[in-house]
Amino acid sequence: MPEERIVPVRSDLDIVTARVEGRELAKELGFGVIDQARIATAISELTRNIVQYAEEGQVTIRPIEDGGRTGIEVICEDEGPGIPDIELAVQDGYSTSKSLGMGLSGARRLMDDFEIESEIGMGTSVIVRKWLR
Amino acid sequence: MIEASRIPILKIKDFLVASIQVELYDKSAVLFKDNLLQRIYETKSKGLILDLTAVEVVDSFMGRIITEVGSMARLMGTMLVITGLQPAVAITLVELGLELEGVYTALNLEKGIATLERLIAEGEE
Repeated sequence: MPEERIVPVRSDLDIVTARVEGRELAKELGFGVIDQARIATAISELTRNIVQYAEEGQVTIRPIEDGGRTGIEVICEDEGPGIPDIELAVQDGYSTSKSLGMGLSGARRLMDDFEIESEIGMGTSVIVRKWLR
Repeated sequence: MIEASRIPILKIKDFLVASIQVELYDKSAVLFKDNLLQRIYETKSKGLILDLTAVEVVDSFMGRIITEVGSMARLMGTMLVITGLQPAVAITLVELGLELEGVYTALNLEKGIATLERLIAEGEE
């Protein structure tokens, strides 16, 4: 199994680093070009959320196995302001900043699994997974 | 923001052609947009082709930049055509809910020029 990659996120430069790392790992795991693009785009959206709302955080990208299937897991964590209303935040088109509000809902649509935890004043953690078919 | 200035914006007849061959950071994408509009103004070009053949990821930020370039160019009297979008990019854009509305597209550079010529001819009728 390829090794996990950890990308510290501090500026927009790290958005590109995170999605390039994600695409490379996806390719190593055997994902096709369309899934590679989905995974890289989801990472891009989630990492931009960190930069926009929390200023800094971390993205961990790693291979996973579950009952004989292989996948990729992306964990985006920050210690930012947190999300007051998660249900609202994951709705299509919702945004409190100047983006189009496709960060969370877009990442959810592009990936197979989507989990989010957030606490006001403590930070936010988003986990997404994509499984090899 | 070296990346933005590394993208050559070429003038061919009445058109500008720019092909993105590098990963653009957010800030360099914004700078690139400004450069494009400035070049349109300087060259009085009637059309702009943005070739995305080498681009592997267009996220919501880049999608918004492209849509904005289209709108801003149109306000200046210039038509934008996007060319060479990879299938994986087209699929992720639609799944993201970003369909680049109002932006003309063509399969490749050659068809892009034909599209621009047609749009400009229609505009002059």
